[in-house]
Amino acid sequence: MQRYSALSLLRHSLSHHKGWQPAWRKAEPRDAYDAVIIGGGGHGLATAYYLAKHHKMRRVAVLERSWIGGGNTGRNTTVVRSNYFYPESVALYDLSLRLYEGLSRELNYNIMLSQRGMLIAAHTPMQMEICARIANAMQLNDVDGELMTAEAAERQVPLVNTGPSARYKCMGGIWQPRAGVARHDAVAWGYARAANALGVDIIENCEVQEIHTEGSAIAGVETSRGRIRTDRLGIAAAGATPSLVQQVGVSLPIHDYALQAFVSEPVKPCLDTVLLYLGTGAYLSQSDKGELVIGGGLDRVPTHSQRGNLPVQETVLSGLLEMFPAFAQLKLLRQWAGVVDVVPDSSPIIGPVGPEGLHINCGWGTGGFKAIPAGGYLLAHLLATGKHHEISRSFDLSRFAHGRLIDEAAGSGIAH
Amino acid sequence: MQLFSCPFCGPRDETEFHFVVEAGKSRPEPADRVTDAEWAAYLHTCKAPKGAAREVWLHLTCGEYFMMTRDTVTRDVTGSEPLRGTET
Repeated sequence: MQRYSALSLLRHSLSHHKGWQPAWRKAEPRDAYDAVIIGGGGHGLATAYYLAKHHKMRRVAVLERSWIGGGNTGRNTTVVRSNYFYPESVALYDLSLRLYEGLSRELNYNIMLSQRGMLIAAHTPMQMEICARIANAMQLNDVDGELMTAEAAERQVPLVNTGPSARYKCMGGIWQPRAGVARHDAVAWGYARAANALGVDIIENCEVQEIHTEGSAIAGVETSRGRIRTDRLGIAAAGATPSLVQQVGVSLPIHDYALQAFVSEPVKPCLDTVLLYLGTGAYLSQSDKGELVIGGGLDRVPTHSQRGNLPVQETVLSGLLEMFPAFAQLKLLRQWAGVVDVVPDSSPIIGPVGPEGLHINCGWGTGGFKAIPAGGYLLAHLLATGKHHEISRSFDLSRFAHGRLIDEAAGSGIAH
Repeated sequence: MQLFSCPFCGPRDETEFHFVVEAGKSRPEPADRVTDAEWAAYLHTCKAPKGAAREVWLHLTCGEYFMMTRDTVTRDVTGSEPLRGTET
């Protein structure tokens, strides 16, 4: 692997940057692997990296049906945060944030993490009470969260509508200084490059058609590029997970919905934090290029098509203009959608299912990007040891039969 | 804006409709012999089919439940029938 540094940049500039090698090689599938991971998004690639790095498993393949990072990894609004309510969730998402904090250095790949802080803004006394409750929970869980006053929030987001006509006037909210944004593609590419350097095969355009079992154990997969034998199979395929595991008799509590996002034309710096507004359900940040990156609630029609419907666009954009009247003249550059796998308690499903050797990491719903390092770390632990990490144990599929739900939607008072 | 068809009211705006449940789910009985796993499966699991789907929907404005046949990839709606007398 070519190391990236200021010195290497300088050296390659002498040869007009013609000496750079591809960041990862295009692998052909081999007959057998020690572990196979379905899904070449952030979670799948991170799993492969941690398997190779921490568990010394080098005969590992990542199978991606199209190109890596082209699903939800390339479609999200790039926010990273750990402002959750339950101890289990905070342990999970803060592990992820801590891994993100060291990731550029660890992978030798700039993921452009910008911890610019995030404000969850409230506009009613009841929402402020919920915010106080979450901020207290965060502090009890040893995460940097604090309750922000209306005045401090106005200083933080000066363009927000505070005029007498403001329908959802900001009363303050929860502030997490360590939250922020990261470059989503770079996370996928950085993990891919580092995993590849450790010997992992990244196989694109390789769709898994069938999961083979022998007795009660995983035997391999049938793909569009031939049969691959393995006795350890990890699935990190978001919305495609339910139909994959149905082949081996596993039903999941997952509904697939479209989640939309929008990007405006680039403008000068006007928003230096991440803002989620409880009143309108819309959230936004400004990218390094100056575009506003905007998201909102789910499209409530279950779907597998990666495009959104008009009513949600209207809701999100009218919410945006209610918060920021100054943005009314902005033009949208792009609008798109990803298929997200939503679980009844808005918490992921991580753990073994069905035949021996099969482990899944799915159900992240609308918040999978922020969890990529933790999701990969925990799935790698499961695949390598066959046992739960103490952080992933609470997120086992068995929680539904036991009634031990981790209901973040109800607990945090956030739509998702 | 997508139009869904209510069997009682005809084609209406999608915002008037709410997804209820996938077709074919019935409550396990008798209650005292249902295991936790069966009950959890009834409450939570779904097929989330890619492609052809049959689902119970609610038309919020008229309050009627009905069966919709549609495609979850193309978003085509091919059928809309009242629940009564329908094979679920």
